[in-house]
Amino acid sequence: MIPSAFDYHVATDVADAEAHLRDGGDDAKVLAGGMSLIPLMKTRLVEPGLLVDIGKLDELRYVRVHDERLHIGALTRHADLATNAVVRENLPLLAKVAAEVGDAQVRARGTIGGVISHADSAGDYCTVAIMLDAEIVTTRRRILAADFFLDFMTTPLEPDELVTEVIFPVEKGPSEYLKFRRRRTDWAMVGLGVQRKSDGALRVGLTNVASRAIRGTAAEVAVGEGGDAARAAAALADEVRPTGDAAVPAEYKKALVRVLAERALRGLGLS
Amino acid sequence: MTSTDSLVKEVVHIEVNGVVRAETVEPRMLLVHFLRDRLGLTGTHIGCDTSQCGACTVLLDGEAVKSCTLFAVQANGRKITTVEGLAERDTLHPVQQAFHEKHGLQCGYCTPGFIMSTVSLLDKNPRPNDEEILAGLEGNICRCTGYVNIVSAVKAAADTMAAGDGRDSS
Amino acid sequence: MIARDRVHGIRQDEEETLSTQRYSGSSIRRLEDRRLITGRGHYVDDIAIANLAYAEIVRSPFAHARVVSIDVEEALSAPGVIAVLTAADVLPHIHASMPVIECGISDRHQTPTQYPIAEHEAVYEGEPLAVVVAENRYAAADAAALVAIDLDPLPAVVDLDAAIEPGAPTVHDGAADNIGWDVHFPPSGDIDAAFAEAAVVIKERIVQQRVCAASIECRVVLADYNDELTVWHSSQMPHFNRLYVSEALGLPESKVRFISPDVGGAFGSKMGPYAEDYLIPIASKLVGRPVKWTETRSENLATTSHGRGQVFDVEAAASAEGKLLALRVHQLADIGAYFGRTGANPVISVHLSGGCYDWPMIEARSIGVLTNKMWTGPYRGAGRPEATHLAERVMNLLAEKLDMDPVELRRRNFIREFPHKNHFGFTYDSGDYETTLDKALELANYAGLRRQQQEAREQGRYIGIGIGSYVEIAGFGPSKMTAANQDEIGLTESAVVRVHPSGSVSVFAGTHSHGQGHATAFAQIAADALGVSIDKVLVKEGDTANTPFGHGTYGSRSVPVGGMAVYTACQKVVDKGRRLAAHLLRVSVDDVEFQDGTYVARSTGVAKQIGEIAFAAYNRNLPDGMEQGLEAVAFFDPPNFTWPFGTHICVVEVDPDTGVTSILRYLAVDDCGNVINPMIVEGQIHGGVLQGVAQALLEDVVYDPESGQRAGGTFLDYLVPTINEMVPTEVYHTVTPTPSNSLGVKGVGEAGTIASSIAVINAVCDALKPFGIHHIDMPASPQRIWLALHDAPAATAAKEPVPVG
Repeated sequence: MIPSAFDYHVATDVADAEAHLRDGGDDAKVLAGGMSLIPLMKTRLVEPGLLVDIGKLDELRYVRVHDERLHIGALTRHADLATNAVVRENLPLLAKVAAEVGDAQVRARGTIGGVISHADSAGDYCTVAIMLDAEIVTTRRRILAADFFLDFMTTPLEPDELVTEVIFPVEKGPSEYLKFRRRRTDWAMVGLGVQRKSDGALRVGLTNVASRAIRGTAAEVAVGEGGDAARAAAALADEVRPTGDAAVPAEYKKALVRVLAERALRGLGLS
Repeated sequence: MTSTDSLVKEVVHIEVNGVVRAETVEPRMLLVHFLRDRLGLTGTHIGCDTSQCGACTVLLDGEAVKSCTLFAVQANGRKITTVEGLAERDTLHPVQQAFHEKHGLQCGYCTPGFIMSTVSLLDKNPRPNDEEILAGLEGNICRCTGYVNIVSAVKAAADTMAAGDGRDSS
Repeated sequence: MIARDRVHGIRQDEEETLSTQRYSGSSIRRLEDRRLITGRGHYVDDIAIANLAYAEIVRSPFAHARVVSIDVEEALSAPGVIAVLTAADVLPHIHASMPVIECGISDRHQTPTQYPIAEHEAVYEGEPLAVVVAENRYAAADAAALVAIDLDPLPAVVDLDAAIEPGAPTVHDGAADNIGWDVHFPPSGDIDAAFAEAAVVIKERIVQQRVCAASIECRVVLADYNDELTVWHSSQMPHFNRLYVSEALGLPESKVRFISPDVGGAFGSKMGPYAEDYLIPIASKLVGRPVKWTETRSENLATTSHGRGQVFDVEAAASAEGKLLALRVHQLADIGAYFGRTGANPVISVHLSGGCYDWPMIEARSIGVLTNKMWTGPYRGAGRPEATHLAERVMNLLAEKLDMDPVELRRRNFIREFPHKNHFGFTYDSGDYETTLDKALELANYAGLRRQQQEAREQGRYIGIGIGSYVEIAGFGPSKMTAANQDEIGLTESAVVRVHPSGSVSVFAGTHSHGQGHATAFAQIAADALGVSIDKVLVKEGDTANTPFGHGTYGSRSVPVGGMAVYTACQKVVDKGRRLAAHLLRVSVDDVEFQDGTYVARSTGVAKQIGEIAFAAYNRNLPDGMEQGLEAVAFFDPPNFTWPFGTHICVVEVDPDTGVTSILRYLAVDDCGNVINPMIVEGQIHGGVLQGVAQALLEDVVYDPESGQRAGGTFLDYLVPTINEMVPTEVYHTVTPTPSNSLGVKGVGEAGTIASSIAVINAVCDALKPFGIHHIDMPASPQRIWLALHDAPAATAAKEPVPVG
């Protein structure tokens, strides 16, 4: 399990990273924590000709609150998010999600920007971003999460465009993220997040149920209309159209959506 | 891109177990191969292809990472501690001693990885509860012990280090 | 899967054993640990020798394909490439096909001939097609990607039932069918009548899925073909590896040396024969340099032999009073594309299918089925977990039908008299099955658990209590039985014990520890037998150059057979020492007593320490005819197998909404006879239990039913348990020594795995009983349980339990 050869550049700043990505074209890839990219390279499913290592850009490693928004630098690691006092206070949901990404060593290296850019439908942060209307800040623009996660591992990012920051709303209210998997270190078979927003609205997000992270609008609507947890969960399960396979049938994923939704909503105090 | 002769090689300076090693490497050289094949530090093992088993765990600036999922060039200018760097001559690190005392190893292949993860865990959290021990070691797989004695070893090491008769692990 | 709040300390049993001896029976900390915890062990991949080249194997991605062409030109011209070898290069150097190693099945229907590299037809996913040898790992990997293979896929034989249908496509082109063997074991009486007259009869299909051993060290071969062939090899049995490789390469065994240094786990999977055992030595021969091949995890999951892979259709009959009447077992054993080491496990499963119970009649039929898959082979337990799973599932199914507590049914039918001869000609040496059951029930508070279960059900929670009582076969094995119907040599084990002039002791054993702690346990045995300090004893294994021929470590044999070889060699040394002591003390040999390292002349009271005798043995004042030196070799051939037994109890809770099983409690009472090192024994139980639990709940090798290719094939999808899935087993013992050896030891390496998968599955089935579910196969994954619940008779009643009993 040896990656193919590649050229390597350590970016000195964001502009330098952009410039090298531009030069590298489609053959270039950004290396951040490497937790998704390097295994793919070792199995030669991905064979970039150039890696632009942004790992030394400490300016992209921060957490701050500004205008009731939580700004997180793209290179902020899972371990930092899980333990960071600002995150825990201002968006406890994100800290909880971060604490259950991968395993300890992965959390020590993996970054939020990496997960967002990778846009795997099983990426837990993508769900949080979708459900809370996060904004993805790149070297060129700001993209609303709903416009960012287009499909499985598909985003509007240009080859030389870099995610630099993710902006979440501050939400200190009750929240839950239930991640169903065979082993605690596995990717979610189904993940489900709920957040009671400061304006009283409920947000629901789903991981690995569609080809990208999605909102659980049926549950949100049902709760908005006064439905209880069971009704909202049933509505959500009715709405989703998971794809199944021999290992995990679609009907089972649907059932999980219902169970997780009901449990998460009850956790939020719904009857 | 599969040829090996057209490559730009990189010079890295990596402090490994207290000694700065200057080497010229291909960018794609995994840190674990750098340690094992280049430096001959074979205590760090490889047990999988996909970053699950943690047999390759080393400390990067004091924090446990999987050296099979890190290019040597990424460690340029940084400090690596491997299992060979823990004991001081004849004195075992308290974590090593605890794995021995509690029979926390059988075949021993995963053991260096577990020891390094434990050192990292106890450095950040000298008194981990059960939940924290599991979270700290969930990135390492052992096929022999059933983990029971590994958990005992972590607790014993924490006790020893808290009692102050273990030396500082940093 | 496991409740995370249940991590607690382990309980040591109170009982002390072998108290009269100095080391045996005590938890000596392991003597082999230090190098392993300091990173100074030597596993094969750690070994680098001068001018070393690296090999990468190009493999078939298809389960079955015709080899159209293999173009190596581009790969050969890649930087750093030394050679690219295909069948045309390799086969001329092979003088014998790969051996078929099996026990008990001599009348094979067909035996496909296996060579280590495919020439015209590839018959399993991962079969080698070419070997790339290069200057380093990276160049080898690059060049391997450049080997152009053109394969024409053929129909893959995957499903066992379909494989034995007349007219089914065949695994090997041109074969008549896919039957490897078809063996019938007739009943001892009119079994049809027994079934006809029985009050209750059960029928069930019970599937043992394929699983991977997944030792954390994969297989590694480093070969240096020079004037002699030296092979560093991650193996459980270096002598046997040398035997078959030397034969195939046409070399005298004396000129081949196999060295298995530290081995990072095996669990039955590192016995061979494997293709790389031949390919790498031949590559070394052809390139004139030492060559190393290191298996990747992906290769390991594909082409290191799989365990289990058996399907049973079982019928059982009992009287209304719960007296067992008859058992009928129909087994389909998934061989894979070649026999490899398949044979022994399925036949052991059949031989032990009656479990701990006194069945008046058993009829069995075993059909070995060839498939386009990796071959199956031994995996921790190797036949006994399958047998125990079958036997104990049957007991629970019968109990359910009889509306009887499964404990009571077991009690009424345990074998109680020993030695007990079973239906297949095996003699159980000693046992007390009810005592281990009673101890387990008492420790678990069985009555209390049943009450809790009832209370939980009333709250809509589903707790299940599973019991797995087992008797297993260990200590492989007596030559008179193991060699009876095969062309294999007997399964003795060997040791050389050498007392040096200074009185320190070297032990060279034919076994090979790969985690079991032989360096400690054998040292305990030798130190006690010779009466020396354990610090003076060093145990060496794994190098054919300095150890006597031995069969290696598997089948829970190392202490009952290998340990006995050490003990026997020590006795020979003591006896020679006695003759020398008598000479030096000027008394008759009969007058000399040996105890705790001291020879005493009873008549005079004068004594000599064994250290003095050792020095004297290398001196010139010897009795007439005595040679110098103080050492002995022993080949211990046990009179019988050993028969460890025990009972495991597992308590689970199943969440019917998600199908998730949580283990609430796991308790093991094992009897492996006398115990040399309780700490090591307990460690073996811990590890074994988790492997069985993992088969029950997590692990599965899934081949696509059409293509015969596996989905995934890394540790991402092959679900080896992590520390989060640990089972904090409460470990207890009873001690019933075997009469078959002087140490009274039975072996323990596999016991944990043998009862654990069934303890879990019986618990899961017990939890699901209110839903009308009687049986569930492994792995009892959340999705499988959920699907069963939705197909279950009670499913339509919206989780309303069906009243049972």
